[in-house]
Amino acid sequence: MIEIDQISKVYDSKAAVDAVSMTVQTGTITVIVGTSGSGKTTLLRMINRLEEPTSGEVRINGVVTTTMPGHILRRRIGYAIQGHGLFPHHSVGRNIAAVPQLLGWSKDKTRARVDELLTLFSMDPDQFRDRYPAELSGGQQQRVGVARALASRPDLLLMDEPFGALDPIIRARAQADLRRIQRALGSTIMLVTHDMEEAIHLGDRVAVMDGGRLVQHGTPAEIIQHPATPFVADMVGGVDRPLRLLSLIPVSDLIEDGPATGAPVAAQASLRDALSECLWTGRDALPVARDGDVIGRVTLPAIRARAQGAT
Amino acid sequence: MFSAPGLLFFVLGLAALTAPYMTLAANRIVAGDGFRVWQLAAPGNSVLALLLLVAGLVMGVLGAWPYLRVAGAASGLAALVWLLTLGGTSLLDGAGEYARISPAAGFWCLLVVLGLLLADGLASLSPGPWARLGILAVVLSVMAMLLMSGLLSGLSIMQEFSSRKPAFYDALSRHLWLSLGSLLVAVVIGLPLGIACYRSPRLRDALLPVLSFLQTIPSLAMFGIMIPLLGWVGDTVPGAQSIGIAGIGFAPAFIALVLYSLLPVVANTVAGLNSTPPAAQEAARGMGMKFLERLFKVELPLGLPIIFAGLRIVLVQNIGLAVIAGLIGGGGFGTFVFQGLNQTATDLILLGALPTVVLALVAGVLMDILVALTKPNVRHVSESAP
Repeated sequence: MIEIDQISKVYDSKAAVDAVSMTVQTGTITVIVGTSGSGKTTLLRMINRLEEPTSGEVRINGVVTTTMPGHILRRRIGYAIQGHGLFPHHSVGRNIAAVPQLLGWSKDKTRARVDELLTLFSMDPDQFRDRYPAELSGGQQQRVGVARALASRPDLLLMDEPFGALDPIIRARAQADLRRIQRALGSTIMLVTHDMEEAIHLGDRVAVMDGGRLVQHGTPAEIIQHPATPFVADMVGGVDRPLRLLSLIPVSDLIEDGPATGAPVAAQASLRDALSECLWTGRDALPVARDGDVIGRVTLPAIRARAQGAT
Repeated sequence: MFSAPGLLFFVLGLAALTAPYMTLAANRIVAGDGFRVWQLAAPGNSVLALLLLVAGLVMGVLGAWPYLRVAGAASGLAALVWLLTLGGTSLLDGAGEYARISPAAGFWCLLVVLGLLLADGLASLSPGPWARLGILAVVLSVMAMLLMSGLLSGLSIMQEFSSRKPAFYDALSRHLWLSLGSLLVAVVIGLPLGIACYRSPRLRDALLPVLSFLQTIPSLAMFGIMIPLLGWVGDTVPGAQSIGIAGIGFAPAFIALVLYSLLPVVANTVAGLNSTPPAAQEAARGMGMKFLERLFKVELPLGLPIIFAGLRIVLVQNIGLAVIAGLIGGGGFGTFVFQGLNQTATDLILLGALPTVVLALVAGVLMDILVALTKPNVRHVSESAP
C-alpha cells in the first residue's frame, strides 16, 4: 500500500503540488491525470524522490521513503518514462538487466529474468536479447522500457506518460499489454497522463490534478458520473461522457432473455462496442455469446437506459 | 561518370606542370634558378615519367571507378619521385661541390594535388577504421622506404638531414614529448574539470570564459609572461631547477601547451557528457544510479566520441604549436625552423616544417580512427517484423 500524506512541493514560493494526500492499494493501477502544469509529474517524481518534497511524506508498505538514501529507494521502484529512455549503447538484454545489476543479482538470475520479461512482452528472447534499441520499432522500444522498469520486481511502478510518443494503434496495444501484464504480475502502478481516455481505460482509480491540488480521486465510473468540479467535468468531456461510461461496463451486465438476429457480440465486450454495433448494423437487439454459445441478448433501449443513468 | 574534383585536380595538375619543378642553387643559402619539368633531364629519360604523371591525373577524373582513381594518384606520386631523382642526378652533374637542388613550386603543387586526389579517392571507398589504419601504415611504410633508399639523398633537405641526424631524432622525440605529454597532462587536469563543470553549471559558467581567455593569448605573449614567472619559481623553489624548471626551455613551452589544451578538453568533455539523450539520463537517475554510476555506465561511454574529437583538436593543435617552443629553447622541430630562418636556409626550415606537417596529419588520422572506434555500438539494420 502506498500512502501519500499531505505532500507539497514549493518552487519560488509557488506550490507546484499543494498538500496532496491519497492512498494506493497494492495490485491496482492509479492514473494521475491533469493538464500540463497541474503538478502531476512533480507528484510522481516526489514518490521516488527525484524531487524532494517541501513538506509531507510518502509511505510504501508503512515505511517512510526518507528513511533510506534516494538511490536505494529508486532501485526498489520501477520508473518508465515517455520516449522510453533506453541506453542506446547497451543491448536490449543489458538495458533490462540494468537494475538487477545495480542490485548485484547473479548472472544466471539476471539472464533468466531478462528472458522471462521479454517473453511476457511477446518478444522472443533469442531474437531480441542482443539487439540494440535503435534496431527496434517504437512500440518494441516502449515495451523494453517497461520491461526494464519491472526487472527487479519493484514494490511499485511509476510511469510518466509512458505511451505519449506512440501512434494511436500501437498505443492501444501497449495499453492492453500493460493491463494484461499488471493483472498477471499483480503490480502496483501509478501512471501519469494528460489523456482522460487513457485514464478511464487503464485506471482502477483515477486521480485528477488541477493547479497542484488533487481535485478528485475515485473509480473511473465515479469520475464520469459525479465530477467533483467543473474542471473535472470538462476533462471527462461533456458530450462523450455517456459513451465513456458505457465503455466501462461489460455487455454481460445487461444480458436479458429474448430473440435477436445477426452476428453475436461477446459477453466481455463493452456496452459502447454493443451500441456501436447496433447503430452500424441497424439492429435493436444483438445476440450475446460467451465461448461461442449464445446466452441471451442485449437491447438498444437497455443500453440507452444505462447511459441515461450517467446524468 | 566524371568526378568533379578529379577534373579540378587534372586542370590544377597540368597548370602546376608549367611551374618550375626544381631549383638549382650554388650553395645552401642563395636563391636558386628554377627548372621546368622538360628542362630537368634529357627528354628521352623524363618523357616516360611525365607520361605516367599525366596518366595518373587522367585516371583521377574517372569518377565511376574509385580504385582506378586511387591507382592514378599512386602512379602520379611515383612519377613525381621519379622526376625528382632524374632531375637530381642531371642537375647536379658538374654543378660544383656546394651546389644544392630542391623541389620547387611545381613539385609542391603537384604533391598537394595528387595527395588530395588520393584522399578523395580513398574517401569515396569509405573504408572502416581498421582499413584506414592499414592504409595509413602502407603510406607511412612507403614513405619510410623511400627516405631510407637513398633515392632522394641528393636533395638539399636530405643533406641538411644527414648532417644533423642526431639533432633530428632528438628534435623528433622532444616534439612528441611536448605535444603528447602536454595532451596527457591536459587530459589529467581537464577531464575531471570537465566532469565537475558538467555537474555544476555555475562552475562551468565561471571556468569556460577563463579558459577561452587563455586561448586568446598569443603564444609569444604567453612565453613572455612565463619567462619571469618560471624564472622566479626556478630561483626560489628548492629543487625546481634540478627538474628543469626555468624561465626558458622545455618547462615554459610545455606549460603553455597544456594551458592552450585545457579549453578544448574541458569544453568537449562537457559537450560530450551533455550529449547523452535526456531521456536516458532521466531513466538512469530514476532507476537509482548514483552520479558515478551514471557517469561511467551512461554518460562517458555515450560522450566518448565528442571527448575524443576534442583530444584530436588538441593533439593536432599542439603538434603545430610546439614549433614555437624552438624559439625559447624548448626543443622540437621548431629548432630547425628558427635556425633556418636565421641562416636564410630554406631547406633547413623545411626540415623542421615538413616532419611537423606529417606528424600532425598522422595524428589527425589516428585520432579520427579512435573517434570512429569509440562510437557507441549502435548498428542500424533493416527493421525486423515485430
